[in-house]
Amino acid sequence: MNDLNRQAIANYKNDFLREVEERVEDGDWVRMCMQCGVCAGSCPLGNAWEHTPQKLFMMIRAGKREEVLSSDSMWMCTSCYNCIVRCPRKLPITHIMHGLAHYAHKLNMAPKGQPTRDIAKLFWDNLVKTGRVNELKFSLAMYFKDGFMQGIRNALAMQAVGMGLVKAKRLNPMEILGGHKCKDQGGIHRMIAKARAIEAHKKG
Amino acid sequence: MSEMKTAAYICSGCELGDKLDVAQLSKIAQKEGKMALVREHEFLCSEAAVQIIRDDIANEAVTHICIAACSRRAKTEAFHFPEVAMSRANLREGVIWIVAEGSEHDEVRQDMADDYVRMACAELKKMKLPQGNPNHAGNKRILVVGGGMSGLTAALEAAEAGYEVVLIEKENQLGGWASKLWKRVPFKQPYAEPQDTGAAALAAKVTAHPRITVHLNSTLAETSGAPGRFGVQIAQESGASVTEEVGAIVQATGFSAYDLNKLPELGGGKPNVTDQAGLEALARAANGATIKRADGKEISSVVFIQCAGQRDDSGTHLPYCSGHCCATSVKQAMYFKDANPDVDTVVMYTDLRMPGMGEDFYRSAQDKGVIFTKGKAAAVETSGDGCTVKFRDLILDEDTAVNADLVVLATGQVPNAGVDLEAWNPIVTAAEGGSEEAKVQRVELHKTSVLKLNYRQGPDMPQLKQGFSDSHFICFPYETRRTGIYAAGPVRRPMDMLQATEDATGAALKAIQAVENASLGRAAHPRSGDLSFPSARLEGCTQCKRCTVECPFGAIDEDEKRYPVFNESRCRRCGTCMGACPVRVISFENYSVDTVGMQIKAVDMPDEFSEKPRILLLACENDAYPALDMAGLQHHVYSAFVRAIPVRCLGSVNTIWITDALNSGYDGVMLMGCKHGDNYQCHFVKGSELANYRMSKIDDTFKQLGLEPERVITHEVAITDHARVAQLINDYAAKINEIGMSPMKAFA
Repeated sequence: MNDLNRQAIANYKNDFLREVEERVEDGDWVRMCMQCGVCAGSCPLGNAWEHTPQKLFMMIRAGKREEVLSSDSMWMCTSCYNCIVRCPRKLPITHIMHGLAHYAHKLNMAPKGQPTRDIAKLFWDNLVKTGRVNELKFSLAMYFKDGFMQGIRNALAMQAVGMGLVKAKRLNPMEILGGHKCKDQGGIHRMIAKARAIEAHKKG
Repeated sequence: MSEMKTAAYICSGCELGDKLDVAQLSKIAQKEGKMALVREHEFLCSEAAVQIIRDDIANEAVTHICIAACSRRAKTEAFHFPEVAMSRANLREGVIWIVAEGSEHDEVRQDMADDYVRMACAELKKMKLPQGNPNHAGNKRILVVGGGMSGLTAALEAAEAGYEVVLIEKENQLGGWASKLWKRVPFKQPYAEPQDTGAAALAAKVTAHPRITVHLNSTLAETSGAPGRFGVQIAQESGASVTEEVGAIVQATGFSAYDLNKLPELGGGKPNVTDQAGLEALARAANGATIKRADGKEISSVVFIQCAGQRDDSGTHLPYCSGHCCATSVKQAMYFKDANPDVDTVVMYTDLRMPGMGEDFYRSAQDKGVIFTKGKAAAVETSGDGCTVKFRDLILDEDTAVNADLVVLATGQVPNAGVDLEAWNPIVTAAEGGSEEAKVQRVELHKTSVLKLNYRQGPDMPQLKQGFSDSHFICFPYETRRTGIYAAGPVRRPMDMLQATEDATGAALKAIQAVENASLGRAAHPRSGDLSFPSARLEGCTQCKRCTVECPFGAIDEDEKRYPVFNESRCRRCGTCMGACPVRVISFENYSVDTVGMQIKAVDMPDEFSEKPRILLLACENDAYPALDMAGLQHHVYSAFVRAIPVRCLGSVNTIWITDALNSGYDGVMLMGCKHGDNYQCHFVKGSELANYRMSKIDDTFKQLGLEPERVITHEVAITDHARVAQLINDYAAKINEIGMSPMKAFA
């Protein structure tokens, strides 16, 4: 359990709804859900989820903190915006899903090994380093995220595709040596630090 | 009116002249119809033609006129001659618009028109000009029973319309439930906050009104009479008795709350469990501050359980939804949130029903932080200081529990409708049969009556469903089966305060309509303004009591010798008594066994080798006949072998008409009436049901006569069924073709 989590538990005791309202982006909308189920029925990936948005909102009201934050459901959202368009109460459901995922991640309660979460994390780390996405390093990091041997197997399986990309000049093998960067790398880092500070100030 | 002088007017406008041989129609009216005067006109509803008719009435002493033109439902302003008796032959909607186009159909089209002229002439000669009910009385005061929100509104609306009102209330103050509330559900923009009930202001207005007399601590001891002349005895708590005379009555006796003690599984009767009325009392005591329990503890968490003892399909509790309780619980949850936002308020519902602008109110409650849980409460356990509600979460599909300082059960409305006549009638029969036990029961049951009517049909109104007072629920909500008595508010169906005030206004207007019509000797709704009334040739009466029993409106009492006594002002002129009478002694001046019977006999009956069958169609004039007119208007083609006669209600169909028709060679008889049963649409409530019952009994007669039972068929028809009526007629014509011509033709 990380510090942020310990602090949130101490702060909100059993009032998980209030915690979500105050700490999760767009979380203050959760109380306005009227449990009609239109979001659950509209989600194209609905049957791949353990909990539909309707259920997640009900669980938040019922104080099921552990279950909500460790759910992988909000990680499955593809941002198709069907639910937002259809919600009769105009809840920004997609945004709430991302807000919940982000909050769970910050508290380190999100499910371990959840592929969407892993990719998002690799992508973010890759991007903020230089201000540019290094596709070669990102691909390799993906291949090797489940261990060295698995990485080799993944790379061999993708060999033909990789060679094709190199021939078509869509992939530069030299990127492995650092790769291209944006002009003001320090500026990017300062911007991200500032954004983090603002976010921390706004939510909890 | 001395001598009868008849006249027929035949129109050739609207293509009637092109499609029909009008000269032949005139000849028929003259020779067969024996009309003293026959005129043709190419535009009969024009001012000039109408003037000709008026002149004939004035100068030629014409007393009976037959208009052979369009449907009796068309051009009623032009053909309005209240000083003479009138029949109409429907040649436009009934003939030229529904018979197929083309010269090959000329013969059947002309046959049909000829017959309608014959029928209208035959009917006319049996008609008399209605003179109005001679036994009318003109008391226009309105009695309102009950001084709650509905009663106060009805009283004020009637008084403001200029009518004197007598209001009686059994408690010592006006206002009813409304005066016991802290606030009411909002009925004004922006529908977000509970509002002041306004009951005190309304009561003050009623008390101060110069045209309203208020009797507190009073109940009805006896009600007698009819619209325009109700006599009521008012019993006061002090033992004193007041007699008042009124013209109409509005029953606004409201509801009682469902007994909490019947809900022990939800903690009913235990401490810290209350109903919505109980919570209102706590809120009034708190007066806007944090609400405290009966034991003085400040409430920090509260659970509202919706549908407690309602919408129950097990048969133990109320099966219906009371309509107001969701909004009421939302309002009560706001009482807590408005005083202290930290109070946990949970509304536990299975389906949240927020009628009217309730959605806005619901959203406002969510915004205030009221938690809505979709769940079904299984049990409420009270332990020491609080309660535990065990429930099934219907979204998460699991059994769980929540703790609360106080549990509020949203129980339902039980109508204060008085005696259930279904229970009353067998007891009266037993008591009249001499049972001592039944006599005691009758006295006890009579004490629970609200209206204490001295009608032979029982002391209160009939009940519609689940103990709610009568109401023509689908078509005419405020009308009951007791003419001049109108139910309003939650005694009629479960409802909230806003609906009750609207209801009361409607009932007050109905009461005004009743007293005005009664004072002129006319019928009340739905035949409003009708001057005809039933009369019976008592020397032919066999005292069978069918008319008194079958009258849907309790209009007919019995005298000591068990002869029927007609209370014309209570009568709706449906003719159900006429249809019921086995010796055919009941008639109206312009509608009788003869007026229809002669039409049936007037039709020219082709022989059995002519391949021209004849089908008699008796159509209810409220729904089926307009549907037939509409079929004409839309040019739906139907069989030209049919001869349609409008009847006031299918209940007025006397079986003699069927027997006569079959004996005189008709090949089939169709009856078209309104939907009957639980969701009836019959304007006269029981008419179509009785007709259906009577027709089911006719089968034996067919067997004796050796006729196929298919020769009589009954249909339920709604006013919108214009395409369907044409289809029904065509299907039946095909059926008749299949079973062949009637063997009775040879004897006719």
